Amino acid sequence: MAYPANVAQVQLDKITKQFDGVTAVEDIDLEIADREFMILLGPSGCGKSTLLRMIAGLEDPTEGTVTIGGRVVNDILPKDRDVAMVFQSYALYPHKTVQANIEFPLKVRGIDKVERAKAAQVAADSLGLGEYMQRKPGALSGGQRQRVALARAIVRNPAVFCMDEPLSNLDAKLRGETRAELIALHQRLESTFIYVTHDQVEAMTMGSRIAVMSRGHIEQVGTPQQVYDRPASVFIAQFVGTPPMNILPAGSVEPGEHLVGVRPEHLRITADGPISMVVTLVEQLGHELLVTGMVGESRVVVREAAHAAMPAIGSTVHLDAEVAMRHRFSALTERRIDV
Amino acid sequence: MSKRVGRPAARRWRDFGLAVAMLAPSGVILGMFVIYPLVKAIFLGRQRCGVTSCRTTSWHQYVDAFRSNEFQDALIVTIKYALITVPIGLALGVGLAVLADKYIKGVGIFRTIFSSTVATSVAVASVMWFFLLNPNVGVIADWLGGTAKTPGFLQDPGTALWAVSASSIWANLGFTFIVVTAGLQSVPKDLYESAYVDGANGFTRFTNVTLPMISPVLLFVTVVLTARAFEGFGEIDLLTEGGPKAKTTTLTYLAYGRGLPTSGDDGLRATVTVLLFFVLLVLALIQFRGLEKRVHYGN
Repeated sequence: MAYPANVAQVQLDKITKQFDGVTAVEDIDLEIADREFMILLGPSGCGKSTLLRMIAGLEDPTEGTVTIGGRVVNDILPKDRDVAMVFQSYALYPHKTVQANIEFPLKVRGIDKVERAKAAQVAADSLGLGEYMQRKPGALSGGQRQRVALARAIVRNPAVFCMDEPLSNLDAKLRGETRAELIALHQRLESTFIYVTHDQVEAMTMGSRIAVMSRGHIEQVGTPQQVYDRPASVFIAQFVGTPPMNILPAGSVEPGEHLVGVRPEHLRITADGPISMVVTLVEQLGHELLVTGMVGESRVVVREAAHAAMPAIGSTVHLDAEVAMRHRFSALTERRIDV
Repeated sequence: MSKRVGRPAARRWRDFGLAVAMLAPSGVILGMFVIYPLVKAIFLGRQRCGVTSCRTTSWHQYVDAFRSNEFQDALIVTIKYALITVPIGLALGVGLAVLADKYIKGVGIFRTIFSSTVATSVAVASVMWFFLLNPNVGVIADWLGGTAKTPGFLQDPGTALWAVSASSIWANLGFTFIVVTAGLQSVPKDLYESAYVDGANGFTRFTNVTLPMISPVLLFVTVVLTARAFEGFGEIDLLTEGGPKAKTTTLTYLAYGRGLPTSGDDGLRATVTVLLFFVLLVLALIQFRGLEKRVHYGN
């Protein structure tokens, strides 16, 4: 089923999924615009892969509707949803050559041999795989296999790409390189990308918007900067950002019953700040200095300039944060309080 | 010029001695129970034996036995028997394993039923099929009538081999089912999901994912079922005693059966058995050479 060329909007309405009485995803509403790069971010077990699989058609929602291009697709087979999927393990057929792997979706659709070969070559060349066509996946590196999986998705020219942690099996250097390639690919293909990851660096650098999930719910949807600057809950505040946001106990920074969150880069070691911290660790990273310590029972990290004075371990320092850089959360619900 | 660096000679000898010592137990068992009996049988195969003594003939006894009508007929029957039991047994075993490879309630009962024949001895299976196919009391004879009733599948030269094959296929079904089921567990689920998303139907997924991924298991089962077909004796002895009209006399039965030219002659039995060994050896080589290129190992 092909959608009109400029409509690959995905809408999720009241989506719930239960497995044998266990709720994996509950009451999710999400709208993904046409050609958007949407990231589903969250820790393991939060339901992000389940949500992606329902969009692709590999799982059926227990309740709710999935709409693609304005059409409800709950009862439509995956092959007719015009959705391609890239799996975490790449799911390459080990007994087929790279060419046969890339051609497979077209072969299943009855495309003739010559057309298939041409389309496969174009997809492979676009990802630098042209010279590997007769190799089998076992003879490829991890990065090459990942590109074969992408080529197999691209060759179908789908409206929506679903990617389930495709970079998680790559080493850090390759991950960084491939991130850039994926961003370029998204811009070139002008398709909707729905990308699942637990890596907040991927989420922040790649997505046009992020949906942060926890325990089967969407906690917040926004641009990477919005999620970073105004996290909707303590969970998001500590999940997004490295090092995570410091959550200081009620009353330690300012009067009140609420929790106060401050990013490490917004805390300053001063002579007379209101917060006392016992230093437990000092890490000189070259481009910055990280000072870790205890404020009461809470662990706090301060990001200082690379050449700032290094406090002694065991010493007590004083911290302060600008009022505008403080985030306030309810101690009861841990949700953001906007003052 | 660079000097090749190797282990010192003393260490190599020590390692060699250690290797021999570790291989010795297996070597002794292999020698006692495989190589010695084989060599002994080869030499026995050029003798003719009566009740009390044996006389040596010549190595030509092997040629004469191979060229004899009885051996050639038995070889053809054995090949037919294998061509019936192996493909059908494999297809049924794979089919049932694929059907039972589902996560639905109650499927465990079916898995138990399908694999249960592995616990059945050849004798029990043969006796069971003997009664099922019996023209007077068997339910199959009652259902089907015709040849099943008169003279009976086991008694008709045209159907006797098929009837014995049915018993063998049934008895081996559990083994095939269990081994193939184990092989199916090793197929990554996301290969099926990827094919499903790409639009492959059940048959396409079966031919493009299942069969290639379990090909090592299929090769193993094929080799074992073929060997069993060539070595089959119990079901033939209990169901047809090699008849009617030698239509179910396989090579193994020719070697050990009752009322045959080899009866009472250990020398001639050894001749037939050694010839069977070489037939199986050639067959195994053909199977591995021919089929192994179609087998995919590893992921």
